[in-house]
Amino acid sequence: MPTVEFSGKSFSVDEDGFIDDYKNWSEEWVQYVKAQEGIDELNDEHKKVIEVLREYYEKNGIAPMVRVLSKVTGFKLKHIYELFPSGPGKGACKMAGLPKPTGCV
Amino acid sequence: MADETPKAEELIQIDHRPPAKQWMDVPVNIRKGMYCYASNPKSVEYLGLPNARPWNPIEEDWKLPENWQQILHEGFKERLEKFRSIKVFMDICVRCGACADKCHFFIGTGDPKNMPVLRAELLRSVYRNDFTLMGKLLGRYAGARPMTIDVLKEWWYYLFQCTECRRCSVFCPYGIDTAEITMFGRELLNLLGLNIDWIATPVANCYRTGNHLGIQPHAFKDMIDFFCDDIEEITGIRVEPNFNQKNADILFITPSGDVFADPGTYTAMGYLLLFHFLKEKYGLNVTWSTYASEGGNFGSFTSHETMKRLNAKMYLEAKRLKPKWILGGECGHMWRVITQYMDTMNGPADFMEAPVNPITGTRFENAKSTKMVHIAEFLADLIKHGKLDLDPSRNDNKIVTFHDSCNPARGMGMLDEPRYVIKSVANHFFEMPANTIREQTFCCGSGSGLNAGENMEERMAGALPRSNAVKYVHEKHGVNMLACVCAIDRAALPAAMDYWVPGVDVTGMTELVANALIMPGEQERTTDLRGEPLPGMEEADE
Repeated sequence: MPTVEFSGKSFSVDEDGFIDDYKNWSEEWVQYVKAQEGIDELNDEHKKVIEVLREYYEKNGIAPMVRVLSKVTGFKLKHIYELFPSGPGKGACKMAGLPKPTGCV
Repeated sequence: MADETPKAEELIQIDHRPPAKQWMDVPVNIRKGMYCYASNPKSVEYLGLPNARPWNPIEEDWKLPENWQQILHEGFKERLEKFRSIKVFMDICVRCGACADKCHFFIGTGDPKNMPVLRAELLRSVYRNDFTLMGKLLGRYAGARPMTIDVLKEWWYYLFQCTECRRCSVFCPYGIDTAEITMFGRELLNLLGLNIDWIATPVANCYRTGNHLGIQPHAFKDMIDFFCDDIEEITGIRVEPNFNQKNADILFITPSGDVFADPGTYTAMGYLLLFHFLKEKYGLNVTWSTYASEGGNFGSFTSHETMKRLNAKMYLEAKRLKPKWILGGECGHMWRVITQYMDTMNGPADFMEAPVNPITGTRFENAKSTKMVHIAEFLADLIKHGKLDLDPSRNDNKIVTFHDSCNPARGMGMLDEPRYVIKSVANHFFEMPANTIREQTFCCGSGSGLNAGENMEERMAGALPRSNAVKYVHEKHGVNMLACVCAIDRAALPAAMDYWVPGVDVTGMTELVANALIMPGEQERTTDLRGEPLPGMEEADE
């Protein structure tokens, strides 16, 4: 499994650059993905998305469906793409330290 | 979509001329965008399958057991004895080539090893070498070659460039089931731990939690409740689904993709509205299971053993909950497993009744052994008997065509029922060309567990023939909605449409039904299930 170094921290990641384990998530990881995603400044809206994702994951062990994320944050899908250019999965979930979903999705 | 995926105008430059060299002399070139990531060792281990370890297809060393050739040889031998079909399929092909240009991957890539005959020949050549006298004596002159690491890598690469859709089999004069050859080949690869993660992890999830996505019971209920909230907003009606209820009339099982991923989620809302309607009008009691919460069976893309293990969950749950019979949702390969394997794997399901629609009295003779009825049959029966109150004009802004999902079409002969249902709930319907539908339907290009993100070039190449047929009706008739009855379709086709035919959306059949279904006591509906304004309501929306 490849590792990435950022701000003195080391993270194991999968092929798509998702963190290997939710428990290894930290503020440095957020900063790392922010740079990867090309986001200039993390605003309250970014933080809200990350918070909702992590809270849902802790409760349910899975990322929320996009429609739930949209409803709970009050952001339309288009706006989530504005916040996270790679989208809710490859952008926001990655930053929040969630694994990617697999199956008929 | 990965940035490095070629643009449509680049991918369409396909060279169908074979290379000058003999096929055995062309080495495999495992190329990014054309393969899926290796199985996660945690998932392989969870299932107790062999050789769990991290590995990478593009690295030289695949970390195989030392005696891998022996394992493969013995695995091959055992299965030749066990599966008469495989023995026949290995021997019988005369290489007439009728299948050669029928595969969406060959059409979309031009790679001769994607001709079904040659893909199977990758295995047959080793079969001849190891198990036939001619092959042993004459070697390459008899089309035989020994198993080497390069041959193994070639197997892996091309067996995961087949979606087990069986279009080629329709054209085979011998009726060789090429999907079974791929299933067999993948089963052998799994003896060495050579699965892809998009299959291995869903199988492990399903084995643990009951569905491919790993949705736990409380989360499953949460998601359905979310749909109930949306339904209430749209229709003014609170639907109250049952979970894990004993002695219900019907147990309903559908792919977990329907409760998680758009646009399948709208199909899930459709099921909920339908069941509520049937309960209100006819007292029919349908229950969902949070344990058998998956129709799909990625085990069938791994090995017979894992297919059996995942299929068993549905029937164990039926035993526990004691419904009269099972209703199956809009899933693709679930129906291949149910119709063609379940009965001898975990069946017959004698503890349930032969399915009868309690509302119409129709006996589903075709399902009397598996006790599982397809929702398209069920809906067609209800509509035929005038049991649903429908207003098809609510779908008037949708110009619809139907993609026969491979497995319901070719794996169970479900051809007319979905069309009958769709035409009953939508006024504008146009068929794609005859050689791209019904038995000859073209695959979405992402079936059999290939709907990952990293192999987008492979998926888009495979989706070309289907998309091309959609493009034809899009341009000729203004088709803007592609209907299907499979969760992989619903996950895969939106990307294919965006790529090849922008302007066409994807829907499940039951979503269209629910748009048209007049619920008892509903408020005036101004939007469809997606929250888009109904025809004539565009201004009310503003």
